[in-house]
Amino acid sequence: MTPNRRQRLSPITRRRLQVFRRHGRAYWSLWLFGLLFAFSLAAELISNDKPIVMQYQGEWYVPMLVDYPETEFGGFLPTTADYRDPFVREQIERHGWMLWPPVPFSYQTLDRDIQGPVPSPPGSRHWLGTDDQGRDVFARVLYGFRLSVTFALALTAGSILLGVFIGGAQGYYGGKIDLFGQRLIEIWSGLPVLFLLIILASLVEPNIWWLLGIMLLFSWLGLVDIVRAEFLRARNLEYVKAARAMGLPSRLIMRRHVLPNAMVATLTFIPFLFTGAITTLTALDFLGFGLPPGSPSLGELVAQGKNNLQAPWLGITAFLSLSVMLSLLVFIGEGLRDAFDPRHIMTSTTAARPPLAATTQAQDSQP
Amino acid sequence: MSQTPLFELRRFSVHFGETQAVSELDLQVEQGETVAIVGESGSGKSVSALGALGLLPPGSRVTGTRTFAGRDLGRLSRREWNELRGGGIGFIFQEPMTSLNPLHTIGKQLRETLRLHQGLRGNAATRRARELLAQVELPRVDELMAAWPHQLSGGQRQRVMIAMAIANEPQLLIADEPTTALDVTVQRQVLALLDELRQRLGMGLLLISHDLNLVRRHADRVVVMQQGKQVETGPARTLFETPQAAYTRQLIDAVPSGRPRPLPPQSELLLSARDFSVTFKRPKPLLRPSPPAFVAVEPLSLELRRGETLGVVGESGSGKSTLASALIRLLPSHGEIHFADQRLDQLGGEALRRQRRALQIVFQDPYGSLSPRLSVADIISEGLRFHHPELTPPEVTERVAEALHDVDLPADCGHRYPHEFSGGQRQRIAIARALILKPRLLILDEPTSALDRTVQKQLIELLRDVQAKHDLSYLFISHDLAVVRAMAHRILVLKDGKVMEQGDCETLLHSPRTAYTQALIAASSLT
Repeated sequence: MTPNRRQRLSPITRRRLQVFRRHGRAYWSLWLFGLLFAFSLAAELISNDKPIVMQYQGEWYVPMLVDYPETEFGGFLPTTADYRDPFVREQIERHGWMLWPPVPFSYQTLDRDIQGPVPSPPGSRHWLGTDDQGRDVFARVLYGFRLSVTFALALTAGSILLGVFIGGAQGYYGGKIDLFGQRLIEIWSGLPVLFLLIILASLVEPNIWWLLGIMLLFSWLGLVDIVRAEFLRARNLEYVKAARAMGLPSRLIMRRHVLPNAMVATLTFIPFLFTGAITTLTALDFLGFGLPPGSPSLGELVAQGKNNLQAPWLGITAFLSLSVMLSLLVFIGEGLRDAFDPRHIMTSTTAARPPLAATTQAQDSQP
Repeated sequence: MSQTPLFELRRFSVHFGETQAVSELDLQVEQGETVAIVGESGSGKSVSALGALGLLPPGSRVTGTRTFAGRDLGRLSRREWNELRGGGIGFIFQEPMTSLNPLHTIGKQLRETLRLHQGLRGNAATRRARELLAQVELPRVDELMAAWPHQLSGGQRQRVMIAMAIANEPQLLIADEPTTALDVTVQRQVLALLDELRQRLGMGLLLISHDLNLVRRHADRVVVMQQGKQVETGPARTLFETPQAAYTRQLIDAVPSGRPRPLPPQSELLLSARDFSVTFKRPKPLLRPSPPAFVAVEPLSLELRRGETLGVVGESGSGKSTLASALIRLLPSHGEIHFADQRLDQLGGEALRRQRRALQIVFQDPYGSLSPRLSVADIISEGLRFHHPELTPPEVTERVAEALHDVDLPADCGHRYPHEFSGGQRQRIAIARALILKPRLLILDEPTSALDRTVQKQLIELLRDVQAKHDLSYLFISHDLAVVRAMAHRILVLKDGKVMEQGDCETLLHSPRTAYTQALIAASSLT
């Protein structure tokens, strides 16, 4: 029982990883999604209306991180410098240099130099065109993707915490706790979620935390049933009984013996929670009850696409980015489901596993 | 004896990928004859039967010739197979709990079989179904036709399975461990029934079993298999009287033997229960008075001395396991439980958890009682680490090694995982997990009934050694009197939660007072 022995993955986990890796589509989807997310996390470096670094009169500045007043660069206003302003630009370039990101627009930068009407079509200046306020669509998709995914991550994490805790308590203790808990959940899940979200979102000034909180009120419900069922089953397993007979306290038994059983079901459920969170956020934004105006959001882009049918690049971009993101998540979910499916593990590793005959036979002696 | 046997396998082999599960098996079943394939788990006996009928999962390869009633089974089309299985060849599986569809009544399932193979419908099918149920000696046939599988006992279900298998009057019946999941008394009845049906219908019977002594009375010829190879074959009588292979001899000898070590004369009282009973509340129907509670164990008193083994005997459903669980307060109960100097029934919470160290339990199922996610060392040391947080990791490792040594397992298996061990080894791990807490009472809930006979014998010897070494008291639960006799000083016979009799082991076995005990003794082939 040396430390490195304990850190080693258990054989089941290793076999699951193996199955997941062999599931080509899911494996590549995970990589691609991870890459896209890493890419979007660095959005400020890729698409920004401020230079990444610059030198002015021999001194270094990092406008991406620090706000400098315009007066610093020979301007007249004490407000934050607008590096896209021709005057400021000229000043800086005369006395130094600036390093711009590849896309010199942020998600809320209004490009006033566009020739012709907005929304303007894709071109070399705006790769995916602009929306009806002259904002760069690529930048908005990039930031919107990041916002959607982080939002979904936070919501999923919160749902898992709540769902596992509530479902686990119901399943493990059973009896009255379970009975009343289930009835409460039945009532709670009977509420029309989207309408409630709309009503609540119109009562308060919606920001991302409010939305997160409101959606968290409902998103854990789906998980409770699964976790509760797993706990109900696991508390009657013989090794759980053995742990009780050893005098271990409930919290230890739950953590060490029961929870790992429920984690399989929970993990399989995660991608669906995730896609659910993204679509709900998009739907709210589309209806205009979601994030405050100006936030980069895919739902808002969908709405713009609907309102500007003459500018198909809006709708097409929104559709493609959403469908790619959701498809990747569904593929990952499929892979996870297969990796945790014991039957799948059996059949997919038959060739690599000599003792199959022994396992079939071993079952003979079980009563 | 006819010239061509009814069913024949020649140079029959089964491969899974690179591994050979069965190699070069030769086997003949004549009409009206019973042939038994005997071997321990993993010997390839079920795989042979399944392989011969083409029922193995994809990825397996079958070679050699197999013929049934003159037809080459290797060349049958899918359609011909379907006609043959359930038509000319009947099959009975081991597990009567899962081989019936829980969503249909018995009658419906029987009629379904008749409709598919014989085209019987309506009243004709119903009449034939009744006949079949009567043929397998099931009582109250009319009620049974409308019953659901869960309302039947294991033995009854297995009888229904047999009825289905003989519905089309097969020429060959293959029974794969037909009695392993059943109570001893029921085992005898089912085997006798199969025997009688074979004679009446003139079928060939291929009986697969791990228990050589069980098939002794029923088989005409026996094939002994070990690790996929045919070790010995021959007429049953000569095989039992003059076994050639060492392995056959080992199987024949694999009967629990020996007696418990005598108790020291003044051994102190460790556990006693007075007016002890277990009841379960039934759910209260709406607007009606609640029904009387279900009495799982009726009021009883028992005593257990230090170093003594009390055997608790009874069929499944008699309340043995409930009694054991309730005695160590894993289930609520009524009445007094005295353990050492304490009233166990009045302890609660933290005090009870601390006391649990001294009362350990080993469960029946060696596959279910170890967490598949923890290494063996973690499993064994779990209770120790909780009850003795003061121990340093090296000290824990040392204690684990000691416990493994106690159960004759090598010390280096601590970092392996349960799935790498056989059933008998797992049971040893479960015993080590209990022993490491230095208990004074060990409850053994059918610890040997899921194991092969040879492994069972070793485990019994181990348990006796451990008892002597640590001065342990055992409460030994079993349905198998042969095992209990080798372990217990005293016996308590339970039936439907009632104590039928209680007393010294040998006396009780020689002169049982109740018919129930007599039946149990008759069923368990005491030698």
